[in-house]
Amino acid sequence: MHPILSREVLAPDVVRLWVEAPTIARKRRPGQFVIVRISDAGERIPLTIADADPDIGAIALVVQGVGKTTRMLNAMEAGEALLDVVGPLGRPTRIEPKQRVCCIGGGIGAAVVYPLARGFKAADGHVTAIVGARTRALVILEHEIRHVSDRCVVSTDDGTYGRPGLVTDALRALIDAGAAFDEVVAVGPLPMMRAVCEVTRPIGLRTTVSLNPIMVDGTGMCGGCRVTVNGEPKFVCVDGPEFDGHRVDFAELAARLTAFREQEIEAAARYQPAAATAR
Amino acid sequence: MAKKIGKKTRTPMPCEDAATRRRTFGEVALGYPVDLAVEEAVRCIECKNQPCIDGCPVEVDIPRFVQQVAVRDFEGAFRTLSEKNVLPAICGRVCPQEEQCEAKCTLGVRFEPVAIGRLERFVADWAASTGLTNTSNGHPPTGRKVAVVGSGPSGLTVAADLARLGHEVTVFEALHKPGGVLMYGIPEFRLPKAIVEREIGALEALGVEIKVNHVIGRTFTIDELFVELGFDAVFIGTGAGLPHFPNIPGINLIGVYSANEYLTRSNLMKAYRFPEVDTPVVRGRRVAVIGGGNTAMDAVRTALRLGAERAYLVYRRSRSEMPARKEEIEHAEEEGVGIVLLTAPVEIIGDERRRVKQMRCIRMELGEPDASGRRRPLPKPGSEFLLDVDTVVFAVGQGANPLIRSTTPDLHTNQWGYIVADPETGATEKRGVFAGGDIVTGGATVISAMGAGRRAARAIDQYLSSPLPDGY
Ligand SMILES: Cc1cc2nc3c(=O)[nH]c(=O)nc-3n(C[C@H](O)[C@H](O)[C@H](O)COP(=O)(O)OP(=O)(O)OC[C@H]3O[C@@H](n4cnc5c(N)ncnc54)[C@H](O)[C@@H]3O)c2cc1C
Ligand SMILES: Cc1cc2nc3c(=O)[nH]c(=O)nc-3n(C[C@H](O)[C@H](O)[C@H](O)COP(=O)(O)OP(=O)(O)OC[C@H]3O[C@@H](n4cnc5c(N)ncnc54)[C@H](O)[C@@H]3O)c2cc1C
Ligand code: SF4
Ligand code: SF4
Ligand code: FES
Repeated sequence: MHPILSREVLAPDVVRLWVEAPTIARKRRPGQFVIVRISDAGERIPLTIADADPDIGAIALVVQGVGKTTRMLNAMEAGEALLDVVGPLGRPTRIEPKQRVCCIGGGIGAAVVYPLARGFKAADGHVTAIVGARTRALVILEHEIRHVSDRCVVSTDDGTYGRPGLVTDALRALIDAGAAFDEVVAVGPLPMMRAVCEVTRPIGLRTTVSLNPIMVDGTGMCGGCRVTVNGEPKFVCVDGPEFDGHRVDFAELAARLTAFREQEIEAAARYQPAAATAR
Repeated sequence: MAKKIGKKTRTPMPCEDAATRRRTFGEVALGYPVDLAVEEAVRCIECKNQPCIDGCPVEVDIPRFVQQVAVRDFEGAFRTLSEKNVLPAICGRVCPQEEQCEAKCTLGVRFEPVAIGRLERFVADWAASTGLTNTSNGHPPTGRKVAVVGSGPSGLTVAADLARLGHEVTVFEALHKPGGVLMYGIPEFRLPKAIVEREIGALEALGVEIKVNHVIGRTFTIDELFVELGFDAVFIGTGAGLPHFPNIPGINLIGVYSANEYLTRSNLMKAYRFPEVDTPVVRGRRVAVIGGGNTAMDAVRTALRLGAERAYLVYRRSRSEMPARKEEIEHAEEEGVGIVLLTAPVEIIGDERRRVKQMRCIRMELGEPDASGRRRPLPKPGSEFLLDVDTVVFAVGQGANPLIRSTTPDLHTNQWGYIVADPETGATEKRGVFAGGDIVTGGATVISAMGAGRRAARAIDQYLSSPLPDGY
């Protein structure tokens, strides 16, 4: 069992949980994730390790409620516990020293970008961060990310906070103003990552994306997380989650994410009444 | 002195009838009741050479336990069995007995061999029903620590044998439940998970500690097991869990699964009980499973139980080359599986939402034998046809998972990624590291993995009791 040590709301439907997992807290590197299961009837779902504190033996998970399992997680309080937490999974981010990187986090993607930005910074890199969200209330981890970056741009689609527009607009503006990057790292909803890749492709700017296919085991055993990269099949849980965005078949991945749409809606609908009584 | 030959044919085992069972996950074969078990055991003629024992990779003393059943000493029979086999209720159900112990039975030369597997199952189930369990032989603790990676049949056997010798054993398992293929692969209707849990529980009673949710190569590397956690030896039994997909268009459409994913969702995650549990599996109406082995049989029979109107098994050679157990093929056909022989998929076709709609197939004919000795299937030009399906499951073999290989540079692997280990001892080229089961041989059987575990346990015990070389 993995007790939840603390819970804080970062935005509507987005919480940060600190969860006891001493070994993982010690071993994890930026870019890695865990798979968790809440209860015996529960699904295994992948979540990025957003932060870790080896001294207290805990990892931070930032969870956005999108379906049954993530909503159940979001509703859990400090003192409750997760049944299973396995990891750290996936390959750590390749962090070369002294990189000039632009780390782009869209929505919940900011939670993934934060440890990366910190990693690049720790390796003497020059870090530009772009934190984007649909609207002001959904901007998360701005303070933390600002703290580990040399330059930080916040943007909202509706212009309620920071720079108005999409993260790609912010990126384009930076590039037009002469910012030089060795690499762009983009994490967020698929359409966002795809759009970033279309900005960087024409100028040949290396772009790394973190993919989020449906997973089961996370050890390379089931093949459910396969994506096509550069025309070849890759298993995201062991070969990724990060890939060269210019070579990812995003359309295929987007379709595969809808594989269980009907069942997800059914599960979420059945969850609602229970959640209402629990509150 | 061998006794006289009695009944020439074996006692049939009761089965759930095909019409009832094809839609439920309840166990198909029901096992012998006491009287039928005794009736079958009496058939053993106690022949002098006892060739049956050579047919069993873990060397169960078959004549002895069968005799004990014949005289209704079931407790004795259980003790005899469990001396050599830590998972008897499992082996009695899934061992390919017809190719192992029973293939060697003297009675089988002219008549039907003794139904050794069924008797083994009977004894194990009888013991469980009376609460009898395996006990340690009380070896004093040696103070030596062994890590076992993977909790499939090979790992469980190593663990049990070493624990009985007084070593402190910890099993690390990547998934949230131990058992390997027994838990995530072989379906409930052939091997109830309660039985797997029961036999693993008996191992824990021997003092074996099982740590689930530990992926070696990630949570700890092999080297860290020695250096950080202080283990004296490591056994790797991680199985052949990497699914293969053929190189044809359409394999990433929605509705295309590896057998591993399909079966894991259904067995380990119990998706057949969705929405009572949270993990979904697509309930295909028309399902094609590609392959001809046990895995393919399990997948296609699972499809029926998940409600498929049509379930096809598509295999590229002819029936006589099918690697699945004969009994399983028969069961599948009785349940209504359509077996499409000498046929291979060439393309999977999707609709505008990228969901599987059809599979283009081609007829094959058999040419000259290939390296495996089986006749090579060759496509017949112009014989392509379309099969209407919404789900395709590939059960076309497995490879070696790269996680441990890629994080343990000094571990030798062959061209397919399998670990190179001495077949007699399981010793690898890396000091203190042993390996066995499917990760060494490629996909094989439960009992061969257990045999490898047994031999490795012996070698590890020897390794641990020999004095350390200088400077170590
Ligand atoms: C490597 C990786 C890291 C991730 N990190 C985070 C994170 O830090 N925070 C966060 O909130 N989310 C993260 N996700 C996504 C998260 O796993 C899914 O939102 C979650 O599984 C949805 O489960 P559900 O039952 O709540 O929703 P469902 O109702 O099951 O699904 C809602 C949507 O989530 C997607 N989804 C469903 N099941 C899975 C699955 N097993 N794996 C991935 N996606 C799935 C589907 O596309 C679906 O449309 C990550 C995913 C991956 C692969
Ligand atoms: C569907 C199916 C049906 C079958 N039917 C039969 C049958 O009827 N009869 C028969 O004799 N054989 C059958 N087999 C074959 C048989 O199950 C295998 O040969 C046998 O299980 C191999 O045992 P093993 O110990 O080598 O590994 P496995 O049973 O594969 O177990 C390996 C375990 O190691 C774990 N693991 C892997 N990597 C790591 C890691 N890095 N860290 C920690 N843990 C790890 C896995 O999660 C798994 O639990 C079947 C196989 C399948 C897939
Ligand atoms: S373990 Fe398998 S091979 Fe050995 S006696 Fe039992 S059924 Fe036969
Ligand atoms: S070979 Fe057959 S008949 Fe002979 S001892 Fe073994 S089971 Fe009995
Ligand atoms: S999640 Fe199963 S192989 Fe990646």
